[in-house]
Amino acid sequence: MDLYEYQGKELFGRYGIPVSEGRLATSAQEARAAAAELGGTVVVKAQVLTGGRGKAGGIKLAETPEDAEAHAGEILGMDIRGHTVTKVWVETASDIEREYYLSLTFDRSAKQPLFMITTQGGVDIEEVAATSPDALVRLHVDPLEGCHPWHARRLVYGAGIEDPSEQKQVAAIVAKLYDTFTGSEAMLCEINPLIVTPDGEVRALDAKVTIDDNALFRHPDLAELRDVDAADPLEALAREKGVTYVRLDGDVGVLGNGAGLTMSTVDVVTFVGGRPADFCDLGGGGDAQGVVDALEVITRDPQVRSIYFNIFGGITRCDEVARGILQALEQMGIELPIVVRLDGTNAEEGRRLLGESGAANVHPEATMLDGARRAVELAAG
Amino acid sequence: MAILVDTGTRLVVQGLTGSEGRFHGLRNRSHGTQVVAGVTPGKGGQDVEGIPVFDSVAGAVAETGANTAMIFVPAPFAADAMYEAIDAGIGTIVCITEGVPAHEMLRIHAFLRGRGVTLIGPNCPGALSPGRANVGIIPAEIFREGSVGLVSRSGTLTYQIGHELTQLGLGNSTIVGIGGDPVVGSSFVDVLARFEADPQTEQVVMVGEIGGDEEEKAAAFIESEMTKPVVAYIAGFTAPPGKTMGHAGAIISGSEGTAQAKKDALEARGIRVGTTPTETAELVLQLVSA
Repeated sequence: MDLYEYQGKELFGRYGIPVSEGRLATSAQEARAAAAELGGTVVVKAQVLTGGRGKAGGIKLAETPEDAEAHAGEILGMDIRGHTVTKVWVETASDIEREYYLSLTFDRSAKQPLFMITTQGGVDIEEVAATSPDALVRLHVDPLEGCHPWHARRLVYGAGIEDPSEQKQVAAIVAKLYDTFTGSEAMLCEINPLIVTPDGEVRALDAKVTIDDNALFRHPDLAELRDVDAADPLEALAREKGVTYVRLDGDVGVLGNGAGLTMSTVDVVTFVGGRPADFCDLGGGGDAQGVVDALEVITRDPQVRSIYFNIFGGITRCDEVARGILQALEQMGIELPIVVRLDGTNAEEGRRLLGESGAANVHPEATMLDGARRAVELAAG
Repeated sequence: MAILVDTGTRLVVQGLTGSEGRFHGLRNRSHGTQVVAGVTPGKGGQDVEGIPVFDSVAGAVAETGANTAMIFVPAPFAADAMYEAIDAGIGTIVCITEGVPAHEMLRIHAFLRGRGVTLIGPNCPGALSPGRANVGIIPAEIFREGSVGLVSRSGTLTYQIGHELTQLGLGNSTIVGIGGDPVVGSSFVDVLARFEADPQTEQVVMVGEIGGDEEEKAAAFIESEMTKPVVAYIAGFTAPPGKTMGHAGAIISGSEGTAQAKKDALEARGIRVGTTPTETAELVLQLVSA
């Protein structure tokens, strides 16, 4: 789960990482009030779960509350890479002397947390890594050892930070970032930029935090931060119904059981010339009600012209899937063509149930590839 | 011969008294696996259809000589169960449980190093050596005994490919599902090394998917360390970046982890990659017939 900047900063604040004071606003009037309360020059920043806000005009400096109101008016409702801005963060503006970069990521390749620091902050870090790799200092932490002061010293000296006060402040932030990362079970904690003010104060000017979804059960305070409004409405509905669903932009609705098989089905539909409308995984169990819920989500997408069920029963029983399809047909009156391929546990029983129902829009197919071809043909009309 | 699970496997099921643990534990036994014990704290002294239940893994090992553990306990308790099995001297642990926090797995992975313990999973379907032993949830009836080693990050996709192989008259030495999480106990390379050393295995199929770089590492390993031919399949060519495709580990982040990059890395080393599960099985048949 990705956090918004303001949520990430709030989390940083909890762990003692210095951030600027700010307020959240959902209207231009609120932004004005926030600016007045903070006093002085403020920055109005679009809150979206994507990069490139600055370039898109989603970050503006405001010298007066009136300016803040005007800027917020422009930014709210703006579309940034497909994300509509519904919130802005109004924060006391910072004077910037230098910009650094500091992050801690979950390096799944090395299977250890990885610190990265460079004094060339404020830019695309992948570019720094590509053009001047020596400027980017990397350091893994053994998860059983934890983060010690020597880690922070290695990073600070390695990056070439020379001012003693700055060294001390950055080292403290390194330790606190590790606490944030492990304490909130993050997959990513990134500060870009980490700024130094003309007074020599070090502060996080941005916050990018991703939390492990599998760990949310023991972080209810973080789980609450999920913004259901920001998700695609169909994805939000799916989440509510406990269906694993990712919307794509084609016209063949794809359902499978198990992530790998479903991903493969989406690929095969594309391979035979079709355009998948979604990735929808019934998961391990896949009882009749789960099938009904999944069909409800998929058929809400107006682009869907045909539906392809590709089921390989293991724990999932094919007869249950067939019952679910028939139940959904009855309850929802689905008229779209549904191609069904069943194999594995109780497949014969499932095929028999579908055959006996006499439903005209249910098309059985024997293999995964033939099912995909049929669904693509039917979507084309 | 086969790998990981065989006729010498003596299995203890952690969570045997739960509904899933019971169902699959008994199913594994009916396939011929020696299921010698169950563990559920507080239920020691009971039995599940004749399988004795113990309060601790150490107790089960002492009484029954269990050497392999299968974990079916819920995610919040799975890490504890893995540590307990390691501490009890179990040599092979198969963790089926889905949803284990990634930070737990970082620590467990570091803890395993140097202890000589093999962990498969979590979030995996387990391992099946047809006709010898089944530890996990893989439906054994789809597979038959043979010479093809199969290793995969997915469950049902493995069944699909196993089914395609069976349709072509091919069988398997062992089928291993390593799991779909960002950090799992055994990587492709770990399992490929075992297939290379296994006399029964003559060809290998590796089924990868988007996310991480384990397929790329496997490509380098196959080129430099393996004499047996390997065919690969990668799922997720059409997956959009930044979206998790069902498995916690199946996500393209930044420019890394795409299916195309994995396919390119494999093909650059002369490893053939099937476009569909059907074509993948056909490529294996070509190897066998050649």
